[in-house]
Amino acid sequence: MTAIVDSAPRTRDRLSRARALHWILAGALLLACAASLQVGATNVTLTDLLAKAMRGDALSQIERVVLLDIRLPRLAMGGLVGAALAVSGAAMQGLFRNPLADPGIVGVGAGAGLGAILAIVLGAFLPAWLLGLTGNYLTPFAAFLGGWGSTILLYRVSTRHGSTSVATMLLAGIALGALAGALSGILVYIADDRQLRDLTFWGLGSLAGASWAKVLAAGPMIALAIGAALMLGRGLNGLALGEATAAHIGIDVQRMKSVAILAVAAATGVAVAVSGGIGFIGIVVPHLLRLASGPDHRTLLLNAALLGAILLILADVIARVVVAPAELPIGIVTAVLGAPVFLWILLTRRGLVES
Amino acid sequence: MSLIAEDIRVSYGRHEALRGVSLAARPGEVTAVVGPNGSGKSTLLGAMTATQPYRGRVLLNGADIASAKPWELAAQRAVLPQASRLAFPFSVIEVVRIGLHSGTAGDRAEVPMQALARVGLSHYAERSFHELSGGEAQRVMLARVLAQVWRPVEDGTPRWLFLDEPVSSLDIAHQLQVMEIARAFARAGGGVIAVMHDLNLTALFADRVAILAAGRRLAFGAPAEVLTDDILSRAYGCALRVSAPPPDGVPYILPHAASA
Repeated sequence: MTAIVDSAPRTRDRLSRARALHWILAGALLLACAASLQVGATNVTLTDLLAKAMRGDALSQIERVVLLDIRLPRLAMGGLVGAALAVSGAAMQGLFRNPLADPGIVGVGAGAGLGAILAIVLGAFLPAWLLGLTGNYLTPFAAFLGGWGSTILLYRVSTRHGSTSVATMLLAGIALGALAGALSGILVYIADDRQLRDLTFWGLGSLAGASWAKVLAAGPMIALAIGAALMLGRGLNGLALGEATAAHIGIDVQRMKSVAILAVAAATGVAVAVSGGIGFIGIVVPHLLRLASGPDHRTLLLNAALLGAILLILADVIARVVVAPAELPIGIVTAVLGAPVFLWILLTRRGLVES
Repeated sequence: MSLIAEDIRVSYGRHEALRGVSLAARPGEVTAVVGPNGSGKSTLLGAMTATQPYRGRVLLNGADIASAKPWELAAQRAVLPQASRLAFPFSVIEVVRIGLHSGTAGDRAEVPMQALARVGLSHYAERSFHELSGGEAQRVMLARVLAQVWRPVEDGTPRWLFLDEPVSSLDIAHQLQVMEIARAFARAGGGVIAVMHDLNLTALFADRVAILAAGRRLAFGAPAEVLTDDILSRAYGCALRVSAPPPDGVPYILPHAASA
């Protein structure tokens, strides 16, 4: 991360630096994974287990359960959610042509949350065959639809003739968040006790409920969304010059925007569905990467996926360690780390909001 | 192989910005579009570059642009907008490269630097685009557009440059530089369509001039034919006097006495 303080970036090496960063971040991700497997409420540690394996000893039942059924799915979920949040932040910033656009800030997360709450509360009224068909996918899919609807609405409201008004976008995001919050409140009001318990658990913004079933339900959709977002690099670069110029250099702007909105909604929606409200990853990660290796989306999106996964896995480690044996909701950790960075962006680049 | 616009009509709500304008531009020439504010110049350029919806027909090198894919058009023509705003802190050379993609001439590694050198800004390659003055930014955008259609003729097909007021924010030396670049592109076999405000620059550099007024084409022809007292005074609604002194007889236009 020392590259961040480099004050005279030379662009010829910016691209190669961004490419080198792919590998550095991939290595760091491995380290973060190891750290995540190392610590937890029990005193089972990865190093002990590795030593055991080296000696050829079998793992005890408890060790197996802790490693395979608790820590690994949690790690996988953390990595997927972190990557999804960071990539959807980067893609949304590219789409709205502004580094302050983040699904959590402009109400898309709230819209996705409304979808998830709808599924939890009203899902019980669906016919049994439909419930059986959708299974674990119902909540993520509903959250995706909620996120999709709010992204499209937000884009319609804040974009005229191909240019996005930042003030309108942020204000519309506030309104959207308030509306989704109010509707969610109504749903909470009519929810029964068991659903309330589910909602509370979900709303804490935590990876504590991670299981292989959840990873399997959310993973493919998140992976698909990230994969789609990674293809947007050249298109988002073109969009930085405005919609008309993007079209002039040969980009199918309407199709690119549709893909971007779908990818953002799917990644945000599913991440929100499985982990509740985790903020600021989507804004902090792309911003740090732009400082380190430039705004080129062809490398930014992949690096965002990697750094997002790293940060969320590490935030989860912190959430598990600081008040052990209890846990902090991870949303608190990311907010404490992320909100000051957001304020710092505003402080150093005030022009962003006036433009 | 030419650019043909037939009976172009554009409406903004009830306002008819273009009421049936036709234009034929040839490769090898600079075709200028002039006219007063609101006469439909930029709208016409927008229609010819498929930037905005229009009725009528636009043929680029014989193919209807309405049915062409964005990337097919991008390989044949580049468009310099009136003003550009950039969303993220790209460097100058990164901006020049944004327009490039596999399959066009500008993809070769050396082309973006050559294009920057063409507009005299190669020493700015590593600067942040946001630090540039308005005029410098406009020249970087010209370099980006040049890199996109680097060879004026490729496989026997002319490439086209569409320039929307390319000199509006430039000092006089760079106005001349940019117009020289446009003319050189045309002399090498490419086609140039430029929306212009400055009638004297138009007279100096254009091979053919279309004069628009109130969404209609008032005149179209060589500068000496259409840049006349009568036509210009009608187009702009004020008294203008055109002189064409020796040795080369290029017309130049002066405002008449204000009350005349």
